[in-house]
Amino acid sequence: MDPAALAARHGLTVSGARPTLPAYVRQLWDRRHFITAFATAKLTAQYSQAKLGQLWQIMTPLLNAAVYYFVFGVLMNTKRGVPDYVPFLVTGVFVFTFTQQSVMAGTRAVSGSLGLVRALHFPRASLPLSYCLQQLQQLLFSLGALVVILLAFGVPPTLSWLLAIPALALQFTFNAGLALVMARLGSQTPDIAQLMPFVLRTWMYGSGVMWSIDAVLKDHHLPHAVTVLLEANPAAVYIDLMRFALIDSFGAGRLPAHVWAWAAGWALLAGVGGFIYFWKAEETYGRG
Amino acid sequence: MADTLTKAAPATQRTGANPEPAPAPTVIADGVDIVYRVHGTGTSGRGAATAALGRILRRRKGGGDGTERGVRTVHAVRNISFTAYRGEAIGLIGTNGSGKSTLLKAVAGLLPVERGHIYTDGQPSLLGVNAALMNDLTGERNVHLGGLAMGMPREQVRERYQEIVDFSGINDKGDFISLPMRTYSSGMAARLRFSIGSAKDHDVLLIDEALATGDRSFQKRSEARIRALRERAGTVFLVSHNNKSIRDTCDRVLWLERGELRMDGPTAEVMREYERFTSA
Repeated sequence: MDPAALAARHGLTVSGARPTLPAYVRQLWDRRHFITAFATAKLTAQYSQAKLGQLWQIMTPLLNAAVYYFVFGVLMNTKRGVPDYVPFLVTGVFVFTFTQQSVMAGTRAVSGSLGLVRALHFPRASLPLSYCLQQLQQLLFSLGALVVILLAFGVPPTLSWLLAIPALALQFTFNAGLALVMARLGSQTPDIAQLMPFVLRTWMYGSGVMWSIDAVLKDHHLPHAVTVLLEANPAAVYIDLMRFALIDSFGAGRLPAHVWAWAAGWALLAGVGGFIYFWKAEETYGRG
Repeated sequence: MADTLTKAAPATQRTGANPEPAPAPTVIADGVDIVYRVHGTGTSGRGAATAALGRILRRRKGGGDGTERGVRTVHAVRNISFTAYRGEAIGLIGTNGSGKSTLLKAVAGLLPVERGHIYTDGQPSLLGVNAALMNDLTGERNVHLGGLAMGMPREQVRERYQEIVDFSGINDKGDFISLPMRTYSSGMAARLRFSIGSAKDHDVLLIDEALATGDRSFQKRSEARIRALRERAGTVFLVSHNNKSIRDTCDRVLWLERGELRMDGPTAEVMREYERFTSA
C-alpha cells in the first residue's frame, strides 16, 4: 500500500508539523506547570553557589539602585526639581530593569536552550514565557526592597499602591510579547544578543528612568513629534504608572494624557502580535 | 541502494504467522532524505564575515536556495523507507556517522526532512531529559522538573516520584536525592536521568545509547525497563553500538551505512551480516 494512504488510514500524522493557533494555546496551557517550575528552578539555581545564597535576590537590585543614585543623584545632580528623588529613581530603575531583563532573556531563550529544544517536545513559547516569569519573580523581590526604601524615605503607604497590580500585569504582558518577538529573531540570528545591550541602554536613557520627562517637557519647547514619542514610549508609560501608584508626591498631573490606554494598548499589541509572530516559526526552532 | 538486502516489512509481520488482524503502524518513513546545512565554513578567513552579513540580509528577504557561499551541506540520510508496527522493538545499527541518531531525531520531529515524509502515531519522544535538568538543583527538584519537561501532568510526577527515585538507586547509599546534582558521580547522575526519562509512558520511544550507563546491575534493570515500556506502549527504537544489548532487546534491526538503509529484517539475520561486515 502507498505509505501516505497507509498513514492516513491509521490516523498517523506528519512528525514535527506546526499545530494550529488554538491547539498551540492549548498545548501551552497544558505545560503551565513546566513553565512555572522552569522559571522557579532558574531563579533558584542562579545564586545556589553563592555564599549568601538567595539573599542576593534582594541585594542585587539594592546595589543597582545605589549605583544609579551615586551617579545620577550625587555626581550629576539630576535630582534638582524632582521631589522624592530616591524613590523616584529606584522605582524607575526596577521597572525598567524588568523590561530590559525580559527582553535580554527572551533574545537568548531559544538560542541558549538548543539542547532542550533539540531533545524534548514542548511548545517553544514555553521558554520565553518562562524566562519572563523568572524576571517577574525577580521584580517581586525588588519590589519588596522598594517598599522598604519608600517607607525609609517617608513615602506613606496608600490605597493607590494597589494600582501597581494592574500596571504590573500590563507590563508583564508587554514584556512577554516583546520577549517572544526577540526569541524568534535571536534564534534565527544569534548575533542580535550582542547588539541588544546597546539598544536597551539607549532605550533606558530615553525613558526617563533617572530624569523626569514631564519636567523636561515643561522646561524645553520640544517639537510635537518628540513629545509624543517621549510620552508614548512603553517603558516610560509603565514607569510613570508605577511611580503614580507608589509615590504620593507623583500625582496624576505628572502623568501624560491617556496613559492607561497607552499601557493597555502596548500590552495588547505586543502580547498578541508577539505570540502570533513566535508561533509562525514554531516548527523551525532548534533546527538546521 | 542495496535493494537485494532490503525488506519492505519484517518477515514475521508479513508472513501472517499470527492470526491477529493486520498490525497497526506507528511510524512510517517514506523516502526520507535529511540534509544538514553548516554555516560558517567559508573557504578562507577573509570575506567570511561579509558573506555572513550578506547571508543575514538575504535571509531577511526570505532568500536562501541552499547554494549560498560559506554554507556546506551534509547529506546525512538518503532515501530511507520503513514501516514500524505497534509492539516492535527496533534496533538501529551502523558504524559511526552512518546517520542513526539523525534518523531518530527526524522521527521525533526535531529535525526537518529534505525530501519524503515521516508519519507518526502521536508524538514520538527521545529518551533523554538531560537538557532539562539543572546541576545546581537537588535530585528531588530535578525529578519534578524533568517529569514536567517531558509533559507529564503534575499529579503523575508526584505519583511516580518514589518509583523514579527507587529505580535510580540514588538513595541506596544515603540520602543523596536531597543534594544538588552537581555532587553526584557521573554514574549516579546518568542513572537518575535514565530513571526520569523512562518514567513516562511513551507511544513511540526513541533511545540513543542509553543502556550503556551505570553498573552491570543497573544495566540489567534498564533492559527490563525497556521491555516493560515496550509492552505497555507502542514501539521502541534503540540506537546502540553494543551488539549484545541490541540482541537482548530488539526483534527487528535496521542497518544504516553512509545514510542508506542497507538491511532491514529480524535481529539474528541482520546482526550476522553486520558482524561479518564490521569484522572484515
